[in-house]
Amino acid sequence: MTRPIIEVENVSKRYRLGQFNAGTLREEAERLFRRRRSNGKIDETSGGSAHGSEFWALKDVSFSVQPGEVMGIIGRNGAGKSTLLKILSRVTEPTSGQIRIRGRVASLLEVGTGFHPELTGRENIYLNGTILGMSRAEVKASFEEIVDFAGIEEFLDTPVKRYSSGMYVRLAFAVAAHLRPEILIIDEVLAVGDAAFQKKCLAKMESVTRGGRTILFVSHQLGAVSSLCSRTFVLDRGKLSFIGGTASAISHYLSKDHKAAHGANLPATVARSGSGKTRLQKIWISDAEGRDLISVVSGQTVVFNFDLSLSCRTSVQNVSLGFSIHNHLDDEISILYSDYCGRVFDLASSQSTIKCSVANFPFSAGSYLIHVRIICDGDVADWPRDHVAVLNVENGNFYNSSTPFHGGVGPVLLHGHWALTKKNL
Amino acid sequence: MTNLPADYELVIRPSRGWLHLNLGDLWRYRDLLFFLVHRDFVAKYKQTVLGPAWFILQPLLTTLVFTVIFGKVAQIPTDGLPPVLFYLAGLLGWSYFAQTFQSTSGTLVNNAGLFGKVYFPRLVVPLSAVISNLLAFALQLATFLCFWTYFKFFSTAGASFGFSGAIVSFPLVVIQIAALSLGAGLWLTALTAKYRDFTHLSGFIIQIWMYATPVIYPLSQIPEGWRWLAVLNPMAMPVETIKYMLLGKGVVVPFYLALSVAMTVVLLLSGVLVFNKVEKTFVDTV
Repeated sequence: MTRPIIEVENVSKRYRLGQFNAGTLREEAERLFRRRRSNGKIDETSGGSAHGSEFWALKDVSFSVQPGEVMGIIGRNGAGKSTLLKILSRVTEPTSGQIRIRGRVASLLEVGTGFHPELTGRENIYLNGTILGMSRAEVKASFEEIVDFAGIEEFLDTPVKRYSSGMYVRLAFAVAAHLRPEILIIDEVLAVGDAAFQKKCLAKMESVTRGGRTILFVSHQLGAVSSLCSRTFVLDRGKLSFIGGTASAISHYLSKDHKAAHGANLPATVARSGSGKTRLQKIWISDAEGRDLISVVSGQTVVFNFDLSLSCRTSVQNVSLGFSIHNHLDDEISILYSDYCGRVFDLASSQSTIKCSVANFPFSAGSYLIHVRIICDGDVADWPRDHVAVLNVENGNFYNSSTPFHGGVGPVLLHGHWALTKKNL
Repeated sequence: MTNLPADYELVIRPSRGWLHLNLGDLWRYRDLLFFLVHRDFVAKYKQTVLGPAWFILQPLLTTLVFTVIFGKVAQIPTDGLPPVLFYLAGLLGWSYFAQTFQSTSGTLVNNAGLFGKVYFPRLVVPLSAVISNLLAFALQLATFLCFWTYFKFFSTAGASFGFSGAIVSFPLVVIQIAALSLGAGLWLTALTAKYRDFTHLSGFIIQIWMYATPVIYPLSQIPEGWRWLAVLNPMAMPVETIKYMLLGKGVVVPFYLALSVAMTVVLLLSGVLVFNKVEKTFVDTV
């Protein structure tokens, strides 16, 4: 076995919380004075601004990456993924532990790093390329390809501040995509750009991997991780909770997902867009009699319950609530909005619950992700960016037959009536 | 990229101590230095009508104000030299220092976003300020020489001044000013990263510093017994020396020169060390 190209050994990173040291001279003088008075006993928790509380973003993380491997890194928001990438990119230092890297590293933690709005596209290609670690000769060699990939040939000599956001992103990614380091670290940058561009980027990354480059890829798009990465590890609150084949890693990640299907309160910090006139507070699943369910069986009646709150005291009219069911790779399988059935709601009280009852639940065994979107008078009122719940479905008696059904490969179960007609000769 | 040796290995670990200069990295990123200088220089005058002329306009306007206020109104003597030339010469060295100091002292805070996203030797940014301002200095020197020629050959004051032999060391003084502005700037940006009070202080420091330096007055105006105090300002000798080299009049004492150079070296080395120490943790605390 060849030597690993990256060896991470017991790396930890601690951050101090609160207003410490990046304060003012006055605060520092106060701290010093307090220290003197207590005879050198440093009590970190005393003091005006919140000193002393710490937060371990990473704790004893160890793993190794072989040359040429494409390694995925997944985890909840705040698990420590970006911190790990920052340390690997030498943007910040670990608190303890060490990392051995046997190749040059280029990091894509953000697109368009160092772009200056007054400079032209051409000038920014050189500037961005050299910031990312290329030499001038290397940028020159790839210049044509970069311009071609970004598709901005006519705008090369216009200042970048005139570019549309799409052009900006394409150019930024084009430069980064033509880096030729031994190790490439990519953090969520595929989340920008339209669908066509994302496809192009994925294709480019795939060609990069065929070139034998080692890639570390962080993403929330489990589909992209699944198609690109051979091995993946899962970070959970700063610790490495799983490392292995990508499919197993994704299952592990989803099964440990704290957004269980029952009684899941949406945390206030969840990323969401929308006007906020009404917000989803909680989603839970019950059966036809209203009993809470932890998992669901195909063929049963499943009731989806959505607790909504109002942001201000005024009532809200014409609310259409929609939820979509996605497979474990976050591909959409089905959507249902209440207004498809002609139902819209008027919410008058500050807390209301909308229920949707689905008879003969037609999904086969597996884990499904549920997304929710609330529309009010045609405008989006609430749209959490990530899935709000994980629905676990077991095989049931969807077909009402005496023999147990063991499930097929597709997510959707169809009811069909079968008949045989005789043909008269 | 060129192929790496088979045993290439980089170890990332928490750094201890103060001495971690990575000069090899600086050389590897020399292309970035070039483009940053280009960016600094070009972005300043893009979309302006006057373009690079702005680099000359500022010292000219300042000289005009000085001539009127300090020359005519306050009537501060100028060592017998034509006031316009005197102030221009003083401003030549001083502007380079002041501009570079202002740029470098904002390095960490102004580039926090950039430093937090990509690695490159962070010393490259203040270095680019030193070099891009050198280009502006060259433009201002050219302007000065035009005025010098005019006054020498087309005015009555022509006999009262001239280049002195010391002018061969002109590049050395420029290098000293560059080193000084870099050292002082690095100190200030390191302090600013830790204590935000200093962001407000940098403009103020430069203003007071100018009055402490013989820019609008010659060093000869300071009584002999007090000159040692004025010379404790490391910028005093470089500015006075430039005037001596270009115009032939100035108080240039070898001991003072040596003192000034020693202070420059100390300021530069300590500035680099402090900057290196701070930049490692600054991304976490900014």
